[in-house]
Amino acid sequence: MNSLAMDTKAQATTTDTAVRVRRVQAADIPHVIGLDTRVTRLAKTEYWNDVFRRYGKQRLHERFFLVAESRGDRADAHVLGFIIGEIRAWEFGSTPCGWVFALSVEPEMRLHSIGNALLEAISLKFKKAGVSKMRTRVARDARRPLLFFRSEGMMAGPYIQLEKDLD
Amino acid sequence: MRLQISTRLAIFAVLELTAREGRQVSVAEIGEKYGVSSYHLAKVMHVMGRAGLVRSVRGAGGGYQFAGNARRTTLLDVTQLFEDLNSVEQDAAAADATPEDQALREVLNEIDDIARATLGSITIATMRKLVNRRGSGGGGDSKAVSPGRRNQPRL
Repeated sequence: MNSLAMDTKAQATTTDTAVRVRRVQAADIPHVIGLDTRVTRLAKTEYWNDVFRRYGKQRLHERFFLVAESRGDRADAHVLGFIIGEIRAWEFGSTPCGWVFALSVEPEMRLHSIGNALLEAISLKFKKAGVSKMRTRVARDARRPLLFFRSEGMMAGPYIQLEKDLD
Repeated sequence: MRLQISTRLAIFAVLELTAREGRQVSVAEIGEKYGVSSYHLAKVMHVMGRAGLVRSVRGAGGGYQFAGNARRTTLLDVTQLFEDLNSVEQDAAAADATPEDQALREVLNEIDDIARATLGSITIATMRKLVNRRGSGGGGDSKAVSPGRRNQPRL
């Protein structure tokens, strides 16, 4: 079980797996880009800078861009994972809910409860913001994230994702 | 989605075995809880044994143990031992299918894809969490945890 405790003074969440979860800062973005590039093998610098502008600086009461970093000296701390979500409301009738649209953990640091810590931290943020439901979207063939979200108790929701090719 | 009785029994049996980690559980114990014959259950356990999901321990106090990794084994791993989850997809390749037939099979394939993804995304460990959340606490003393045989499949 993942034990979390809120350090309200620092507005960070810590775990017994030697990570702390806090809001993203500008200095973290190169690390976020590096992690995402290692995982997806696709560098998206402009995208991440834009995400930071929108989710790391604006409407912070309903947008949450959190990073997990190793504990210890802040000088040595580095980003081990991140999660991004926001409160979304009234999309096709959906009452306000917490929507997670990004979650990534350094590959060699997986299975150390970092993903659990990030998800739990953003869950607390959502709850504090007044919503009681959290949603996400995962590709059907993305086995690892599917297993992870399922293990966290997430089930299929009432919405079906649809798409079509635009000729 | 409907599962065959053998599939449901296999899932229930695996859940029982993982709930009692470290000890052997007899077919009779599981059969009693779910109201099925030991004969039927033994056949199910045999299939799972061949697949390496369970192993039997002989002798006094013998029974079955779960032999897989509960955090890696999914409902799909168990289900596909007893169900043909690819039948529609294979049929869709038939060269003589009409456009109507192909369109219908495309829809049915979509349903099957979702079913497979769902079963493949839920591990036995996750199922145990779901069971525990529902308060049955399955796997302990069957009389204590399953009043009225709540988990009994419709046989």
